[in-house]
Amino acid sequence: MAAASQAIAKYAESFGGFEQSAASHELSWLRKLRQDGFARFREVGFPTTRDEDWRFTNPGAIAQVPFRLVRNGHSLPPQKDIDPFRMPGAGSQLVFVNGHFAPGLSLVGKLPAGVTVSNLAAEIARNPGAIEKHLGRYLNMQRDAFGALNTAFLEDGAYVHIAKGVILEAPVAILFVSTEQDSPAVNHPRNLIVAEENSQATIVEDYVSLGGGQALCNTVTELVAADHSMISHYMIEREHTGAFNVSTLRIQQGRTADVSSHSVLLGGALVRNNVHPVLAGEGGECLINGLFIGNGRQHLDNYMLVEHASPHCGSRQFYNGILDGHAHGVFHGRIIVHKDAQKTDAKQTNRNLLLSDSAQIDTKPQLEIYADDVKCTHGATIGQMEENALFYLRSRGIDEMSARRLLLVAFASECMDRMKEGPVRTHVEKLIHDHAFRLAAASLGRVA
Amino acid sequence: MSLLDIKDLRVRVEDREILKGVNLQMNAGEVHSIMGPNGSGKSTLAQVLARRETYNVTGGEVLFNGKDLLAMKPEEAACEGLFLAFQYPVEIPGISNAYFLRSALNAIRKYRGLEEMDAMDFLPMLRQKLKLLDMDDKLLNRSVNEAFSGGEKKRNEILQMAVLEPKLAILDETDSGLDIDALRIVAEGVNAMRNPDRAILVVTHYQRLLNYIVPDRVHVLVEGRIVRSGGPELALELEDKGYATYEAGAGAGA
Repeated sequence: MAAASQAIAKYAESFGGFEQSAASHELSWLRKLRQDGFARFREVGFPTTRDEDWRFTNPGAIAQVPFRLVRNGHSLPPQKDIDPFRMPGAGSQLVFVNGHFAPGLSLVGKLPAGVTVSNLAAEIARNPGAIEKHLGRYLNMQRDAFGALNTAFLEDGAYVHIAKGVILEAPVAILFVSTEQDSPAVNHPRNLIVAEENSQATIVEDYVSLGGGQALCNTVTELVAADHSMISHYMIEREHTGAFNVSTLRIQQGRTADVSSHSVLLGGALVRNNVHPVLAGEGGECLINGLFIGNGRQHLDNYMLVEHASPHCGSRQFYNGILDGHAHGVFHGRIIVHKDAQKTDAKQTNRNLLLSDSAQIDTKPQLEIYADDVKCTHGATIGQMEENALFYLRSRGIDEMSARRLLLVAFASECMDRMKEGPVRTHVEKLIHDHAFRLAAASLGRVA
Repeated sequence: MSLLDIKDLRVRVEDREILKGVNLQMNAGEVHSIMGPNGSGKSTLAQVLARRETYNVTGGEVLFNGKDLLAMKPEEAACEGLFLAFQYPVEIPGISNAYFLRSALNAIRKYRGLEEMDAMDFLPMLRQKLKLLDMDDKLLNRSVNEAFSGGEKKRNEILQMAVLEPKLAILDETDSGLDIDALRIVAEGVNAMRNPDRAILVVTHYQRLLNYIVPDRVHVLVEGRIVRSGGPELALELEDKGYATYEAGAGAGA
């Protein structure tokens, strides 16, 4: 316990320094939000594996490291280092380096009237009233210490606003770059996406690293999908395999809002991917789609919390995991159907492919149903690459490595097929194909 | 030189000897049939020839086109011109049939030093072969064998054979699961591929398929050995009398 309280004391010290110099410190509501965040974090500290929500993932690895907050003013990487990470076909691209907006590296294209794509710090300064209405209103800090910590240190991140009835066709890409630091570094990006009534948009969060080094990215996105809006959200984790990433996507859905959340976890040493939609209006639909591919000693934890708070809503969770080496995957799919959420239709499927004897998956459905007229189904499978299928492909002339790659891509394609055709899917497909190629090569022992 | 020359082939699965010294020679242009009761080792022979690695070859030699087949990986055997139409075609969700076929064809072309075929050239060729087998275009965009009917799966095997144009095609119980109409179509597809450069080995339990694909030679495989060989009339005799005499003769009363 001494170590734990020492870790918290470190964060307290850091918070003291941060708070005084944080952007828009003069706004009392923002000050209070940060203070409440820190108070909550100080109270509960980092979770442990005794906490049911963290049973399969030990956050001790994160708690032990003396991470230092990366403040602004560091030199920015040159364009040419960023370019390979850019998503082709994005309408606009915000780039954040170590949690701070880098306007020089960002590209904001011509946007239709009624669309704002900006950074949160600037927007708070410009238009605090609009931000106050939403920021921190959805994230439940009581149940999430990392969310509380993010709120304590919230300063910047992406801000996207789509006005009522506006359709934003080109996707908004948000690139979060962690650069190598001399000592372990942490950043806490905080994003706010507000889609007003009857609007449509596609948002991509893409987490990457430049160089190695110990780093923690603790990110929170609050996504408000008002009545009848249609939003696709993508989260791509492809940081280096020494990085820690904890992300929380909190979705608030209005009446007949249709939201898709797609998570693709390829990188990171320890990754915790929290997706928490609340279907708060009647007739809402939510697709929670994910793919995690781990190798080496990667630990990829997906924690889904789907709350049905209104009648006639549907949610569909599909997560596929591919694990090789000593990788450890977790799928924890929690569904809560509140008392009044009659006619809920909730489905959950987790399929896993284990490529080595030492790879591990923990999959856990958790259904809490307080309404009496609902349909909830769940299923999980764990399998190996089918020798039969491999032989079939090879018997047609396809070499073993290509056959393995094809089968990996085929397994992953179930997730890709749930993404709408377009630039984001193309981007994701390319990443997954490249990754599958490396994995297939590694599994044949041709690449270490 | 024969196209396929199997000499004293012995194969074990775990501690059971399945093939106990099989000898067989086939020349290009010939169609042979291997007939035998269930469990006689027919499918094992087919799979070993296609180089499935889960079988343990304990003795013998197989020359394919003069090369040591048993030293080849499955993909090498395929690239050298061997094709196995599976008894149980494998479903592969997530890979479209057309993509699979083109990948296979290009792998083989690449092995032979030919240029890869692009989609523009490949699709018209594929459509033509589809027509030959009376198959629906839609099957091309569906995942390989996924949710195909039994008959569609078997036709899909023959489609692959038609696209890959092997030197030696082994049809492992291709007749099972086919109704008489489908059987005729499949047989026509196979017959259309008979030519002086190609050999076809039809593995079957029943004689019916051989009414449509008339073999030059018929071999009876019982308990891991070829106990009799003859002309096409042997198939009819087997249909009439069954395998019992051979089984008793092989001393497998138990």
